[in-house]
Amino acid sequence: MQFGILVNEGPYQHQASDSAYQFAVAALEQGHEVPRVFFYMDGVHNANRLQEPQQDDRNIVRRWSELAERHQVDLVVCVAAALRRGLKDEILAPGFRISGLGQLVEVGIQADRLVTFGD
Amino acid sequence: MSEAMDLEQEGDIKRFMFVNRKAPHGSIYALEALEVVLIAAAFDQDVSLAFLDDGVFQLRQDQNAKAIDMKNFAPTFRALEDYDVEKLYVERESLAERGLTEDELIVPVEVVDRARMGALMAEQDVVLSF
Repeated sequence: MQFGILVNEGPYQHQASDSAYQFAVAALEQGHEVPRVFFYMDGVHNANRLQEPQQDDRNIVRRWSELAERHQVDLVVCVAAALRRGLKDEILAPGFRISGLGQLVEVGIQADRLVTFGD
Repeated sequence: MSEAMDLEQEGDIKRFMFVNRKAPHGSIYALEALEVVLIAAAFDQDVSLAFLDDGVFQLRQDQNAKAIDMKNFAPTFRALEDYDVEKLYVERESLAERGLTEDELIVPVEVVDRARMGALMAEQDVVLSF
């Protein structure tokens, strides 16, 4: 099955992006596909490579980048939400790209399920 | 990645329901949800909106957000008709719990009870909750 994922919350403040990541990993482990994760609202902060969490904590941003590389997951950040929050290409972590909301609707149309993680 | 997401289904129309659960101000959920609604409509999808919990306040007429320096985006709901988005469902219980009535809303809606709302959600292909 193909799962599209929508992340609406930033890292650390809220568990949504952790849950989204864990869902994606679990789905991939069971042989499903995760063609795209779309980051919207404060979720765009998941793409900010300037983050430096403490050594003994999980690195949420790097975790997404590694997932994208390992499984060719398309990590898309909403341009309007990103601009509003100062998230730009020059601070984008590897594996992420900035594009429009059409990419969210597209994955909603094409995937078998679209799963939202938010407040 | 786009080759993996084959575009052969491009002509497909899916039923998208946007579930609005939060007040219009106090957080950005309502405003940014509405932006997705407009894009989904531009993709010619079968779009509907559901309003429940504090989300029913989004449709309250005569809002004035000037004092908190926010944009009153409620009039945008009136423009949805131009995008062929005409299915707006409002949960009866949520209205009643907040002392609101249908005639206080900015656009014509279909008021449905909680059980009917659940059934409508079950009919959808994609449910996005904000």
